[in-house]
Amino acid sequence: MNQPKVVLVACGTAIATSTVVAKGIEEAMRERGIPVLTRQCRASEIRSRLGGVDLVVSTTPVPDDLGVPVIKTLAFLTGIGKEDVLKQIEKALTDS
Amino acid sequence: MLAELLEPSAIVLNYAAQDAEDVIRVLSARLLATGHVRESFADAALARESELPTGLMLAGEIHAAIPHTDVEHVLRPAVALATLQKPVMFRHMIDPTEEIPVRLVFLLALEQPKSQVAMLQEVAIVLQNSQLITQLMSASSVSAVQQALAQNHHDS
Repeated sequence: MNQPKVVLVACGTAIATSTVVAKGIEEAMRERGIPVLTRQCRASEIRSRLGGVDLVVSTTPVPDDLGVPVIKTLAFLTGIGKEDVLKQIEKALTDS
Repeated sequence: MLAELLEPSAIVLNYAAQDAEDVIRVLSARLLATGHVRESFADAALARESELPTGLMLAGEIHAAIPHTDVEHVLRPAVALATLQKPVMFRHMIDPTEEIPVRLVFLLALEQPKSQVAMLQEVAIVLQNSQLITQLMSASSVSAVQQALAQNHHDS
């Protein structure tokens, strides 16, 4: 059985944008048959929330040296480049 | 849903804003008057905007911002909307060194993100629909805004 991959979604307040992004990732990965769990956090608390996390997706600046892949994107809000980002997410989750 | 949370008296059309702070203060004042937010909301939203900006570069000519802040400043969820006569500069959400000329502002007063997912997704859908954005920008009445959004919701 495939263990679900864990995606940590970070934004400024962990209220608005990360909610949209988390939902978008869950739906898109479900369509691709990739089981995912999403968690949301504030960018400022990201380092303390990395346990068990396979991928970080952020809508706000975060460090690149977190030890897990980091994708920064606004595509779930603006639609710009969304297909590319979904491919990147899929690749990061299937490679890990 | 967005149409239900969008507070009619917090829809400000063709506003001649001085700057981003001006827009955030005007919309916050409307939501304060309707009892949706605490007095602390405007300052909190401005502080958040300066630390973690919310400007979004969209696919069309009109760009947007979605200022918001922590739940403790909110009493009841609501969305305020401003269309601006001339763009004001907001900093880019993902690259705060970049400034974006913004003419469409959704100020979000959120208290329960999980239950407001549908509304937030709808805001994202609006931001991705340049035809709808054109309709919103040319709307001269609250009912025109509501109609445009309802039509979009119906179509989607």
